[in-house]
Amino acid sequence: MDREQFRRHYRAFQKGHISRRRFLEITGLGTAAAVIAACAPPAAPGTGATPAPTAPPASAPSGEASAPPASLDPLADWTPPEGVDLGDTLNLTSWPNYHDQAVLDRFTELTGVRINLEVYGSNEEMLAKLQAGGTGWDVLVPTNYTFETYGSLKLLENLDLTKIPRFDASRAFDARFLEPAQYPAGSGTLLGVPKDWGTTGFVIHTGAVTQQPTSWKEFWDLTRSDHSGKVTIHDYQLTSIGNALKYFGYSFNSVDPAELADAEELLIDVKPHLLAITSDYQPVMRNGDAVMAMAWTGDAVQLNRDIPEIQYVLGKEGGEIWSDFFAVVTGAPHREAAYAFLDYMSTPKVQAQDAEFHGYPVIDAAAIDLLPEAFRANPIIYPDEASLAPLEFGAAVTLTDPNRAELWARVKSA
Amino acid sequence: MTALAQVREAPGRWRSRAVTALLVLPASAWYFLLLVIPLGILLVFSLGERAPAGGYAPGLTLDNYLNLPRRQTAFVNTLWLAMAGTLACLVAGYPLAYYLATRAGAKKTLLLVLVIVPFWTSSLIRTYAWLTIFGNTGIPNVVEALGLGRPVLLNTPISVLTGIVYNYLPLMVFPLYVSLERLDKRLIEASKDLGAGRLATFRQVTVPLTLPGVVAGVILVFIPVMGEFLIPALLGGGKVFFVGNALVDAFLQSRNWPFGSAMSIALILAVLVAVGLYLRIAARAAFQRDVALV
Repeated sequence: MDREQFRRHYRAFQKGHISRRRFLEITGLGTAAAVIAACAPPAAPGTGATPAPTAPPASAPSGEASAPPASLDPLADWTPPEGVDLGDTLNLTSWPNYHDQAVLDRFTELTGVRINLEVYGSNEEMLAKLQAGGTGWDVLVPTNYTFETYGSLKLLENLDLTKIPRFDASRAFDARFLEPAQYPAGSGTLLGVPKDWGTTGFVIHTGAVTQQPTSWKEFWDLTRSDHSGKVTIHDYQLTSIGNALKYFGYSFNSVDPAELADAEELLIDVKPHLLAITSDYQPVMRNGDAVMAMAWTGDAVQLNRDIPEIQYVLGKEGGEIWSDFFAVVTGAPHREAAYAFLDYMSTPKVQAQDAEFHGYPVIDAAAIDLLPEAFRANPIIYPDEASLAPLEFGAAVTLTDPNRAELWARVKSA
Repeated sequence: MTALAQVREAPGRWRSRAVTALLVLPASAWYFLLLVIPLGILLVFSLGERAPAGGYAPGLTLDNYLNLPRRQTAFVNTLWLAMAGTLACLVAGYPLAYYLATRAGAKKTLLLVLVIVPFWTSSLIRTYAWLTIFGNTGIPNVVEALGLGRPVLLNTPISVLTGIVYNYLPLMVFPLYVSLERLDKRLIEASKDLGAGRLATFRQVTVPLTLPGVVAGVILVFIPVMGEFLIPALLGGGKVFFVGNALVDAFLQSRNWPFGSAMSIALILAVLVAVGLYLRIAARAAFQRDVALV
């Protein structure tokens, strides 16, 4: 390893790029705690902070209902709400490589609220912890397909949009990224305000992968042939099974037993050819251990920024499109700080700064306007509509289907 | 007469019993609350069903145990890598302990400290370092430069085994060191006086007398390795899979607590059986050589 590489690894580690994602896998040590916690009587919903009644009436589409007071300039800097005691702590549960530390520090500077950021590797893990109870979490960053589950289990608050004046749904350029947070679906009640969206495709190192793959079929076949031993896939049932289903042209969200059986056969056949099953593929792509990896938008952007030969491909058969949200956990111990943080993160300037760091596309049109041209024109971040068209949003059942979960566990221990 | 004595003694004995009970109480409560009760919960859970949204739903079924063969590979991996790792620790640790106890002289304290020093850094970070060593820019690069081809080391049993030996070696070295240190040197001299060579002395005197250290070291290493999660997660890359990793998936990914509980019980039983067999063999060996094991 030369000095430059060492420096890069070291910096990545300092920033937490390396160990945090690992840490998630390691957070599994909390399993025992989850079991014990589960045996304690569950905190009855409503005994903690009672969910506030939501601002928009159920009949009104959320778009109009949450228009900010006219006095609030969307391009102004954020200021903390007046006359509200925010406390001194906020527990934020999110994903790795997903927050600009400077943005979080600025919130602390403005409010005196210190942010404890905890990162996870999958929505399942977050759900498992929340179900077990006693997390002490305030703000959660769930993905689109989780709201039905979270909503039915009453694990998230119906948002009081009067406390998030800077969130303005009419600015969200694309309704499909907002709809998933409505619970019940189609109602005006929101369980989350949008953070970013993105896609799941794969990265290739063009120096080694010269076949110019454009489909998931080629991805899996090249893994089994030319690039055996140099490919990684996510340690995540939703995407790894979903993209194996695409090999056969099935839906990303299929729970059909026969289709899942085909996907399982493919995954087990491919497994010996994989370098690793891991969601932490940046290090191996950077040092050349891997030449192809199933990847999310932001990782692809970060890799491509440092190593231009690394390109991002969306399978032409389809795959996943997703969006993430900020949500307030039911019974959040620092509820006011949580709302203040959601409001802060809904400020276009803040969103734009954050996006420049993590490389995921933002939803708020006012924030997009503030981003540099290079960001807005980057096809990895904002692919053209033609490549987005075949993509599917993950469905709630894809997350909760026990057969998919068990299939994935079987593949991993095969 | 005796009855009278008993009556007279009774208050004193009662008091001493009370004191004993009071002193033992904290530890007993600890074990009861944090070992017996959780084990009971585990057992109850293992007979239940997965709730529709994940977690535990009450039930009375053996399905979770009947499904255990689906994790057969994980159990086989764990068992053979734990045994191989323990053996490798013993083979690597014995000479080191021997040197420390008998030859190190004035450097002894320094060397002993050096054995512990790595423990001051988080094992997560130390294990992570192996990723770079085994990765593309590490050993494979060196081997290729020597013209010996390009070995794949990362995410193989080799990398996991190395991680185990690296992390657990001190746990093996210390009990061995203690028993070698305590070894009565006169017995070795006597053996030599009686005409035994160095190898025969080592085999017939040193090894049997340090058997308690070997047994302690093997158990100290084997049991936690059986429950290892971190090393296979980092250095196995999802390809060398331990029961510990399957458990994490059961509880945090598929949220199938009953099946996870059944796996945990099976793992505990596997450890008990393996350690029981080992102790029997060790006890027989000790008996044949007339050595006390504890």
